[in-house]
Formats: sequence, C-alpha cells, structure tokens
Amino acid sequence: MKRIKINEQHCIGCRLCEIHCLVQHSKSKKIIKAFREERESIVPGIHVEESGYVSFALQCRHCEDAPCIEACMTGAMYRDPETEAVICDQDRCVGCWMCVMVCPVAAIRRGPEDQVASKCDLCMEAEIPVCVVNCPNEALVYEDDAVR
Amino acid sequence: MNTPSCGGPPGKSMNRRDRGKDIGGCAISGIMAENGELFSGELVMRSIANMRERANGLGGGYAAYGIYPQHKDHYALHVMYESGQDQQTTEQIIQQNCLIHEAEPIPTHPLHVIKQRPLLHRYFVTVKPEQLERYYDLSEDDIMANIVMTINTDVSGGFVFSSGKNMGIFKGVGYPEDIGQFFRVDEYDAYIWIAHGRYPTNTTGWWGGAHPFGLLEWSVVHNGEISSYGINRRYLANFGYYCTLQTDTEVIAYIFDLLLRKHDLPLEVACMAMAPPFWAEIERMAPEQRELARTIRTVYGGALLNGPFSVVVGHSTGMIGFNDRIKLRPMVAARHEDRLYIASEEAAITEICPKPDVTWHAQGGVPIVGKLKNGAEDSAVAQVAG
Amino acid sequence: MQLRKWLVEPEFRIERDPEKCIQCGVCVRQCANDVHEYDEEEEVVYSDSTNCVSCHRCATLCPTDAISIRPFPLEFRPNAVWTASTLRNLYKQADIGGVLLTGMGNDQDQPMYWDRMLLNASQVTNPSIDPLREPMELLTYIGRKPDSVQFERIAGQPRMTTQLEPQLQLQVPVMFAAMSYGSISYNASVALAQAAQQVGTFANTGEGGLHKDLREYADHMIVQVASGRFGVDSDYLNTGAAVEIKIGQGAKPGIGGHLPGEKVDAAISATRMIPEGTDALSPAPHHDIYSIEDLRQLIYAIKEAVCYSKPILVKIAAVHNVSAIASGCVRAGADVLVIDGYRGGTGAAPTMVRNNVGIPIEFALAAVDSRLREEGIRHQASLIASGGIRCSADVAKAIALGADAVNIGTAALVAMGCHLCQKCYTGKCNWGIATQDPYLTKRLNPNIATRRLVSLLESWALEIKELMGGMGINAVESLRGNREHLRGLGLTNRELQILGIKAAGE
Repeated sequence: MKRIKINEQHCIGCRLCEIHCLVQHSKSKKIIKAFREERESIVPGIHVEESGYVSFALQCRHCEDAPCIEACMTGAMYRDPETEAVICDQDRCVGCWMCVMVCPVAAIRRGPEDQVASKCDLCMEAEIPVCVVNCPNEALVYEDDAVR
Repeated sequence: MNTPSCGGPPGKSMNRRDRGKDIGGCAISGIMAENGELFSGELVMRSIANMRERANGLGGGYAAYGIYPQHKDHYALHVMYESGQDQQTTEQIIQQNCLIHEAEPIPTHPLHVIKQRPLLHRYFVTVKPEQLERYYDLSEDDIMANIVMTINTDVSGGFVFSSGKNMGIFKGVGYPEDIGQFFRVDEYDAYIWIAHGRYPTNTTGWWGGAHPFGLLEWSVVHNGEISSYGINRRYLANFGYYCTLQTDTEVIAYIFDLLLRKHDLPLEVACMAMAPPFWAEIERMAPEQRELARTIRTVYGGALLNGPFSVVVGHSTGMIGFNDRIKLRPMVAARHEDRLYIASEEAAITEICPKPDVTWHAQGGVPIVGKLKNGAEDSAVAQVAG
Repeated sequence: MQLRKWLVEPEFRIERDPEKCIQCGVCVRQCANDVHEYDEEEEVVYSDSTNCVSCHRCATLCPTDAISIRPFPLEFRPNAVWTASTLRNLYKQADIGGVLLTGMGNDQDQPMYWDRMLLNASQVTNPSIDPLREPMELLTYIGRKPDSVQFERIAGQPRMTTQLEPQLQLQVPVMFAAMSYGSISYNASVALAQAAQQVGTFANTGEGGLHKDLREYADHMIVQVASGRFGVDSDYLNTGAAVEIKIGQGAKPGIGGHLPGEKVDAAISATRMIPEGTDALSPAPHHDIYSIEDLRQLIYAIKEAVCYSKPILVKIAAVHNVSAIASGCVRAGADVLVIDGYRGGTGAAPTMVRNNVGIPIEFALAAVDSRLREEGIRHQASLIASGGIRCSADVAKAIALGADAVNIGTAALVAMGCHLCQKCYTGKCNWGIATQDPYLTKRLNPNIATRRLVSLLESWALEIKELMGGMGINAVESLRGNREHLRGLGLTNRELQILGIKAAGE
C-alpha cells in the first residue's frame, strides 16, 4: 500500500502539516474559516515531535497487523478494503481509548469533541495526503511500500 | 611592413571601410580543367550571365589561374587607384620592397555601362633580396602579404585587389558580364575560372568591394552572410591578419590562407575546421576520427564559419567549393570529362555544358575538391610557350 | 548606553493582516532572528520589526499570506547627499564601532552594463535557426589550446600529432562560482555538486576544502587553493577535476576570506584541517606570491603535483589594470583565467570594500579579451566571467564579449531559495544556505536544491539556444568573442571603445 514516509533529516518543524491536516478535516476546508471556527474541535492526525533541532511529523503508520483494530471493542477501527488504510468510524467510536493505549507509535489522539479518537486517514478525499503536498521541504513523501 | 591588429574600422575615404558590414546575396560559378588545359573566359562569362537575376549590378568579377605564364614566378599585383597621387604613393611602397619586372595599365574595353572606374594598373614583382634578408624569419609569401596589407590599410586611395602568381582577379561595379567585357576576360586563357555576380543590400559603389576577393594565390567568391563574422575577424587578428573590408569574403580568404598555408592543415581538415560536424556526429565517429574532429573543433572554434554560405575558392593547384554545415545556400556541382563545374544554380552549368557526366548537390560542410592532375600545371605553361 | 534604540529605526516593518492571520505560529518557528513571538496568554502572534532582515522566510511559509514586509515607512528627511543608508551606517558605527560588514554582492545603484548592451537577430539576408528543430550546440571545452594543430605526412597520408592539454568539458557554458563549505552549509555544497554532475558542468569548493562525502562528485568539482591553504593536500589536489588558485575575489579585492570560529564545527574543522572553533582567516595576499614570477612557480608546483593532468585556473578580481595582470597570469601558465567583477557576491565583506573597490566585469572582460588577442595569446587560456551574471541574456552577452563561460554564485543561491537579505555573515540564514546551525541547515533539502539548480541551468541553456538561433548561429564558439552581435545603448564613445562594440543603429 501507499504510505507516508518520514524523512526526519528534512523536517524543519514548521508544522504546516498539522495546519493543513486540520483544514482538510474541517467542515469548510477553508483555512481561515477552519481556524476561526473549528480550531478547538479538531485534532490533526499528524503531530510534529521535536527535541532540539531534531523533529519529525508523526502520523498513523497503518500497521499491517494493527493492534488498534484488535483492541477496538465496537469495531469502529477498521481497515479500508480499498486503500488498506486504518480508519476510525467516528459514529461507532465510544471513546474508550483502548486504541490510544495499544498504539505502538502513539499516533492516535483523543478527539476534543465527542470524545472520539482522531487519527490519520490518509486524506481519503484527496489524491495525495495534504500534509505531504504542503510539506515545504519534502520531509514527508507519499510512496508505495515497494519503494522502501 | 607593420601588420597592425584588427581594431575598430579604420577611418578611410573612398567610401569603403567606414561602412558597416557588407551583406547580401550573390551568384557564383567556377570552372576548372583538372588536366591543366587552358580555356577562354568567355565560357564562365556565359555561365555567370545566366544567373543575372541573382546579381543587381553592384558588383561582378573574375579570378583566372594560368593567365600569366610568361610571369609565372612573379607576383602579379592588380592595383586600383583613385588618383595619380595615390598611384605615386603606392608605387613608392612597391618600389621600396619589390623588384618590378613589368608594369602596365590593365587592358580594358570602354563600355558605357561601366562608370566611375578607378585607375587600373598591374605590376609583376618579386620581393627584393635585401628585404628577404631583413625579414629572414618570414617567407616571401608572408612579406608579400604584409606589403599588400600595408598598401590596403595605409594608402587611402590605393587598393591591391590581386596578388598571386600566374593568376589575376578582375572586378568592379557592374553586372558580371559587363565587367567581363570591360576587362576583356574572353581574351585570357586559364585552367581555373571563378566568377561572381553581386547583390549587396547596401549600395556601396566601390570597386574593391566587388568579388572575388584575393590574397596571394587565394581567390574567394562567396554567397551568403556569415553570422560568425565578428569572431572570425578577431580570431584572425590573433594571427596578424588585418581585416579592412568588412566582408565575409575577405575573412574566408584569410582563414584559407591561415589554415592551409600557415598551419599547413590537410585540405579536408581545413574544411572541417570551417564547417565542422556536430558534436553528436563526432561522438558517433570511429575513435581516431573522433579525436581528430574533437581536437579541430576545440582548437579552431574561431575559424568556424557559422551561418549560410556557399563559397568557391581558387588556388594555384585547385578549386574548392563548399557549403555551410547545415546547407543554407544553394550549390550544384557537375563533372564532364576533365572539367569540374560548381555554380549556385544548375542552369548556369547546363548553359555551358549541356550534358555533364554527373551532376550533384553539394552537401553541407562537405568540400567539393578539384585538383590539378600531376604535371598538369607544367603542361599548362607548356601549352602557351609552345 | 541604549543610544541605538532611539537613533536607528528598524529597516523594515512587518505588517500582519489580522483578517488573515490564524495564529498558527509558522512564522514564529521560522525566524532565526526572533522577530515573531506567540503570546500564549493572549493567543496572538506579535512581531518586533527591529531585527527583521526582510529575508521573506516567514512570509513565504505563511499558509494564509498574512505577512507583508515593507521598508520602514518613517523616512529620513530627504537629502540627496546624506542618504538613508549613509546615515544608518554612521549611526551604527558610532554605536558599536568597528568595520561595517555585509554579505552578497554590491547592491549600489551603479550602471548595469549588461542592460546597456543589446543582442542581434537575423532578418532576410540570413535565416534564423530554430533550436526546437535543428541542432544547437553549447558544448564548451575549457583549457589551454595550441595555436594550431600539427600533422605529419606518412606516405602522403596526414596523421595528427597534436595532443590537447587537459580540458574541462561543459555541456552548458555556466559553472558554479567558488563557494566554500563553511561559508555555505553542507546541504548547499551537496546540491551544487550534484547539480554540476547532473548538468555536466562544474562546482567549485572555494577555499573550504572538499568534504570527504563530496569526493564522489569530485570529477565535477574544481578544488580551490587560496591564501589560507585550508584543506589543501596532495590528495585534495588530485581529487578535483581542476585546481583553481584564488588570488582575489570581486566582492573584496585585496582581502582574504574570513570564517569566524563559531562556524567551525567538527566537520568543517576536519575539512579545512584546522582546529575546531578557531577562526579561519586567509591572509590578504598569498605569502608565497608577491609577484608574477611567484605565481608561475605556484602554478607549476601544482601542475607537478597533479602530473600535468588537470587544467589550472587562476581567479583574479577585476581591478583597474586587469588586462595587464591577466596577460601576466596567462604567460605565467594559467590554463583558465577567472575574472570576478565588482558585483561578485561573498559571505562576508567590509561594506566599504564591497561597494567601492574593483571595476565592472563587462569592462574587465572586454579589456582582457582584447588584450590577450592583441598579444596573440588568447587561445592559451580560457576566460571565465564572473560576478553579477543574473540571467541567460547576461551569459550570452558575456560570451559575445569574449568569455568562454561564466560563473554564477548569487543566481545559484537564489535558485536554492536565497532572498538576498545580505546577512550571510551573521550565520543566521533562515533559508539554510549560509549557516552551520543544524536547526537552520535542515531547511535546505539538498535534493530539492539540486533539482532547482538543474532546472535553472537547463532553462538558461534553452534560452541561450533561442538567442543564438535568432542570431543565425548554431555553435557557441561562433558567438564567443563575436562582438558584432552586440550594440551599445546609451553608452559614451569611450565606453563603446573599451567594450569594443558599436552603438545601436551603427
């Protein structure tokens, strides 16, 4: 499957990935409106980890053997048959946070509203995930597993 | 005897060197008997007259090889003068440096369409022994070339337009067939005849600006405009050639002289320097040929003639026709028995040789070479003597 | 004394559009000069323009284009003599003392002679050539050429006996100017080397030595020997494609390079072969070259060291009697002469030197080319014009004036992202180019920079081909030194004479 590859040596910690992730997952998809109206209600599915000058943008790895799917008691966490991405069905999520507990890379976060889990969905509506498109230094690359 | 380098255009009168670069189109024709047989200029006059519409009456001329067998070891200087004063000044320079074996006006035939002609004289000379001694590091040819350049740059109203041995250039302002009649070229016999009809876009009415252009044994007629003129001229300056005429033809003649006489390059190599193959072609060549082509292009970049041209060059033992490397000007060649014909148009050849053995179009950058057969030159001389 | 605060106004003013700013903080994280600050209490980004250098890093990355940077609107009282920059310099010097420093090339409003020369095109009497349909050749060989090619005749068959001295083959007649590792970041050095290799031209180490990881690009690197001899050993000389002796540099003729100790980290210390943290101060002259015969000795010492297998370049700044100096360098054995005009860039130079010393490359190039031709030695060395080449038309004009090729420094840096804030000497380059701070150097992804450099050179090549085709020329050697294709615009007779060109209309 196609995944987002992280080149941490090129990550400059600007956090434009987080910003554009938030916009992409807003209702309006307009950056100024999204920040004005939905900033508090959306948690981006990508998060920049930083220590000194080392930084990288972490998001769900869409593991082949995904513990979050195993751990989900409502079946909200499932694998999309088409893209093979691990997706959280927000309608079924009850906010038990088992997925947050078992995620080996800490890529799932608590959503502020409705208490549902927030995670990367590989921007199902966009051809290329917006974090990749908007990374100014190509620290995020969207490519096939085979390439690795 | 100075050979000043190419500077800006020298301030000269006679409406010639202070003009911009001479550009235009033209007709050219060349005939060579490779067996050295001498034939009348009447033939080449008919050939060039057949391309009258390629000229506009502002220049015509001829070069003929083998016409002065009685003076075959003397430089034949054809000189034009604006005035008697210029003649005096020029003859002083000639006398200082040369032994004059014979001097006379160039025979002409009055023709009402030929106007404003200069004084025309010819001198058969050799370089004085004491000058040869003084310039022991130069050959007689080098000294002669320097004398010609000195006259052409220092005497405002004097111009040497032919300086080879056993050859002569006849040229002026007018249609080539009229110029031919004026100079009575049908009365000369030669083994190479080269003719030119000129179509300049500017209206310089100066006799010296007509073609062929000559230096020593070289004569050049040319059709086209060389876009590399600026660097060719400066490249030649590096070797002491002083370009004064703002014409491509002059530059081509000097490059031939430099590459063949001074640098002693094989003819094919000299042509390669002037119209080299593309780098992509060079890459595909066999190793030895590739090395040669690469070296020639690298060293002789300044001699590359870029832009459209077709040119016929005469020298004492042959005639060369060749085109720019992407063939932007017409050139047709034909052979019939011992004769080689080169012309801008096929009609100019069939006019005088209705059924040639073979006719072909020159390829870009590939020279057409006519060479005197062994001993032919001697026999040419013998014919006249006998 | 807090004089500075109230004597010198900021140079720029940052205008933040409150309608657009989303307080995302990208600008805060991008500014190495700490201009932007996020106030957590008020949840607002504030900007303090005092330290802004107008490098546009924040504005470029701002996702909503909320930031504009303008010259500070408070103007000094108009005075044609005591201009704003003069006053600023006086205030600054009175306050902190010392030599005024600056980066990049001369930014003064002196005439640009490239813009006063126009190129030719064919009409009627000869055809222009279409580079999209017909071959158009830019291939250039740099190095010493013989005046003629010799043949021997064996049984009437000619055989070439001449063997060319070592040459550098350029696919495009544009090389990257000397920029040392140290003055620029490792990533910038990698990008220049990679781009040179991909395009088929050369990058130049400058005086900073050759990082061991860059040796894989060495066949497309010219290694420099400057007065400080940093990073020079036999291995270094033999690794590069050619060796350049740097006598001077256009931005600061007569002054040696100066890399402050703060920039000399472990990798730079290893590459330059100096202790970590020490200043790398190149002497003003080479202390073994006090005259022309000494240069000859160094040229031949290096030729011996590399077994005559590589061309030796000599780089000089364009100064008043440049043509005589150039002639001397060629006669001393230089195979390639690089002339750096007074607009050449630098990582750091005294402002007064940068703005007031040297002459324009246009005049220097024309004078040197003419002089070498007059002396009949032009073929003995190739000529590289450097210092202020901004676009492909400048390249074409430089070649028509007589250059074999040109060097570009500033244009290459701009292609990588440089916005000419002229603060290279501070080491706080927000674009990750002229800095060694790992937080900042990361900002230049060498792969992106390489791609952009390649793109620049390839597009220039296309444009040069278009210009040549228009002139009816299909090989660059027919443009080289072909001043017939240049005409001057608004130049005095004397200027035309020095440039060796006619006026427009002549």
